[in-house]
Amino acid sequence: MRYDDVEVGASIGRRELPVRRLDLIRYCGASGDFNELHWNERAAKRAGLPDVIAHGMFTMARVGRLVTDWAGDPGAVVEYEVRFSRPVVVPDTDEGVTLVVEGAVAEKLGDGCVAVELTASMEGADVLSAVRAVVRLG
Amino acid sequence: MTINRAFLGHRFSAAEPYEVTRVKIREFAEAIGDPNPAYRSPDAARALGHPDVIAPPTFPIVITGIGSAGSPIFEPEFGMDYGRVLHGEQKYRYRRPIRAGDLLSVRGLVAEIRDAGPHELVRVETELSDADGEPVCTAVNVLISRGTAASGTGE
Repeated sequence: MRYDDVEVGASIGRRELPVRRLDLIRYCGASGDFNELHWNERAAKRAGLPDVIAHGMFTMARVGRLVTDWAGDPGAVVEYEVRFSRPVVVPDTDEGVTLVVEGAVAEKLGDGCVAVELTASMEGADVLSAVRAVVRLG
Repeated sequence: MTINRAFLGHRFSAAEPYEVTRVKIREFAEAIGDPNPAYRSPDAARALGHPDVIAPPTFPIVITGIGSAGSPIFEPEFGMDYGRVLHGEQKYRYRRPIRAGDLLSVRGLVAEIRDAGPHELVRVETELSDADGEPVCTAVNVLISRGTAASGTGE
């Protein structure tokens, strides 16, 4: 992707990404975050949640892939930020839940840098807000 | 139980640098379900101009995350109940990608502790620097302690 070819408002893509219990277990191990809310239904319910929830950082990572795939080089990402607005509740089913991720170019910042804004929703409701990445393109 | 405000402004650092390995980067990439070859193949990473495999943008959480790198926030005297904590916000600013072979030092600051309605909010800012002392990444992490504000509905 080249800076001069990028237009404000252009889509950077749309993906449907499944999230299953096994993904959370694997992320517990890889990240070192074994908070019970991510794997123990009893603990989640004690905390007032309907069921276990995905790590916010897992969701942030999955959403970020839309940006890194678009940029071509994951090392081109200069900034990446999200707000976690709604827990991603993951039932113990084969299907799990599906995140719908979309993004578009929001601004050309000069110096080869482009800001993209993304949305991530589950069953029609946003799970992240203020999702923004800055990417330096060649 | 409310969070101990004495920790506001507390600075911390990891006892020793974090050594980034190809194996850990690959494990993390598998866990987030991202097949990008730049996370696995030195040749693919070099083709993009990097000296070795690079880490996904959210990889710094492995280094700065829960109970790691000298952070006080899950020590008992901090007063935070792990079972009530949700992640509120995360921001990263990268000077360059993290890559295999990096030895990253961690310096952190408990930048904010405040009530937010019935909840308490804790903001931790962390700097990662390489073995030459060059900054690599700044992370800003906001945690929400649900229902624990003194004025709120906490138990």
